[in-house]
Amino acid sequence: MSRALRNPIAIAFMAIILLILAGATFATVPETKQAVIVRFGVPKRVINPYHEGQDYGRTGAGLIARYPFMESIVWIDKRILSIPMERQQVLSTDQYRVQVDAFARYRIVNPLRMYVTAKTEENVSAQLKPILGSAIRNELGKRPFAALLSPERGQMMANVARSLNRVAGQYGVQIVDVRIKRADLPEGSPLDSAYERMKSARQQEAGSIRAQGYKQAQIIRAEADAEAASTYAEAFGKDPDFYDFYRAMQSYEATFAGGGQGQGQNQDQGRTNIILSPDNDYLREFRGRK
Amino acid sequence: MRAIFGWGGRSAASLNDNKGGPWGPSGGGGDGSGDGGDGPRNPWSQPPRKRRPLGAGGNVASFEDFLKKGRERFGGRFPHQEGRPYWAYGLAVFLLLWVLVTSFHQVAPQEQGVVTFFGKYSRTVGPGISFTLPLPFERMEKVDTSKMRFTDIGSTEPNNENLILTGDQNLIDVAYSVRWKIRDPQMYLFRIQQPEQTIADVAESATRAVVSTLTLDEAIGAGRSDIEQRVAMQMQRTLDGYGAGIQIEGVAVKQTDPPAAVNNAFKEVTAAQQEAQSYMNQARAYAQQVTARAQGEAAAFDKVYAQYKLAPEVTRRRMYYETMERVLSKVDKTIVEAPGVTSYLPLPEMRGRAKAPVAAEEVAR
Repeated sequence: MSRALRNPIAIAFMAIILLILAGATFATVPETKQAVIVRFGVPKRVINPYHEGQDYGRTGAGLIARYPFMESIVWIDKRILSIPMERQQVLSTDQYRVQVDAFARYRIVNPLRMYVTAKTEENVSAQLKPILGSAIRNELGKRPFAALLSPERGQMMANVARSLNRVAGQYGVQIVDVRIKRADLPEGSPLDSAYERMKSARQQEAGSIRAQGYKQAQIIRAEADAEAASTYAEAFGKDPDFYDFYRAMQSYEATFAGGGQGQGQNQDQGRTNIILSPDNDYLREFRGRK
Repeated sequence: MRAIFGWGGRSAASLNDNKGGPWGPSGGGGDGSGDGGDGPRNPWSQPPRKRRPLGAGGNVASFEDFLKKGRERFGGRFPHQEGRPYWAYGLAVFLLLWVLVTSFHQVAPQEQGVVTFFGKYSRTVGPGISFTLPLPFERMEKVDTSKMRFTDIGSTEPNNENLILTGDQNLIDVAYSVRWKIRDPQMYLFRIQQPEQTIADVAESATRAVVSTLTLDEAIGAGRSDIEQRVAMQMQRTLDGYGAGIQIEGVAVKQTDPPAAVNNAFKEVTAAQQEAQSYMNQARAYAQQVTARAQGEAAAFDKVYAQYKLAPEVTRRRMYYETMERVLSKVDKTIVEAPGVTSYLPLPEMRGRAKAPVAAEEVAR
């Protein structure tokens, strides 16, 4: 064995060189990434590109080899990425201003083209963002405000996604979907007038609820009165003559004797003076039989 | 890591053993072997090697020497053949530990382990103890698939409003929380970039889509459970479209309130409802009284009438006399006997009792 091999420093040195070489040659491609192999600035091939419906474990991910120092790897995300859109004002056909916040999800399906046209995912996002914005403005600007709050919304988003996809194809990107995250009335007068409308609607509702309650109450009272009347009529109607007598008796008692519940209790009750004529029926027997 | 520490500890021990080490001698106080009189030394200078006659060179000239010394010292503990330096054993132990630590995995009952072979998905293992190839070859990522995760959107605090337009162009302040779990760990790890952000975005978009199909009254009232169900469904559909491997367990709507700016108007509605209710309650109370009274009176009449029917004439007279008795027993009576006599009425006495003459007339009928 040569002296160099016995020397641990030499061994360590060689090991380091080997490691560097191995590191420059081999690379592991994870499932989440696509790798573009670039030789002296020219993209040569793509490892682990996206294929529709491919199962994990059957992809191109894994250990790869390349020419060390000649070829470099550009990593491109394989996952679904998002383009956030800054909120922007959209004017609907009926002149409503709406602040729309949308997002698009996309996937890089052609890493080579994407690398050539945009280099990085960030650039793709940055370049698609204004296009997404204008696509949304165009689509929403063609419709009345109410359409934004209707099932049509899904259709509108599909249209936006379609028009965005045409552009995205140039970057090797596929738009998965576009969704409106928020659609709000802008601060200031549009929002205030919406509040005002809500307030007046509520006040109107409160008024009508009150009136309805009053109406119901009156109906309930009237129904009760009617029912009472019918109860009375049914009972008393059997013999109106007797009723007349019966009720008169009650009434006399209530009026003069203070025995009834109805009359107000005067302080001088019981001091009623009654002047009876001897012809009175009550005194018939008093007079004696003639 | 443990392996590395073990190695480091060992070399550190050998350094410490080298009394004085690289930071100079220990002052010679312990063994007092002759250099005691030298006074304070430059701490960086080499220590005298009195203690160890074995050290071939005076100083630790090279790593090799240092290792050799170490080998000599540990000679008893690490039996070795000639030509095998002891660091090789260290390396072997290190490698063994490395293999053990990185290929032996314990997956907790609520977890699943996703194994990748050089970055390529290989398999998903369930709970328990499992082995993989050591680290550079296979890597395991453990994902908790039972843990319920929460994404909250909006808040119930009054100054933080998450306003959503309803179908009738009103605004409501909504706060809700999405419960979700990881269904397919490999999908979750490999398919989407920012799962949490994705869920929040999808939740917002789904909620807005659902709320925009409801009217204000539905959204703040009976439609809440409807919102919960439909948002959960729509989110699940969208996430499945992404292949995110996420299971939406449910959406809990914590708040669907009118915005603070119009809250007073909404309270007025509640007040009006109360008021209307109280009107109706009063009316119902009145109705009950009136009906009960009518029924009572009718029943009383019926009873009396039933008796009256049996002997009309007698009953009538009896009632007449009884009533008159009761009435007249309580009042002052004056009977004017002879017809044609104009009686003197003590009017001053009767003043203030306006009813009396009328009554008299009535009775006199």
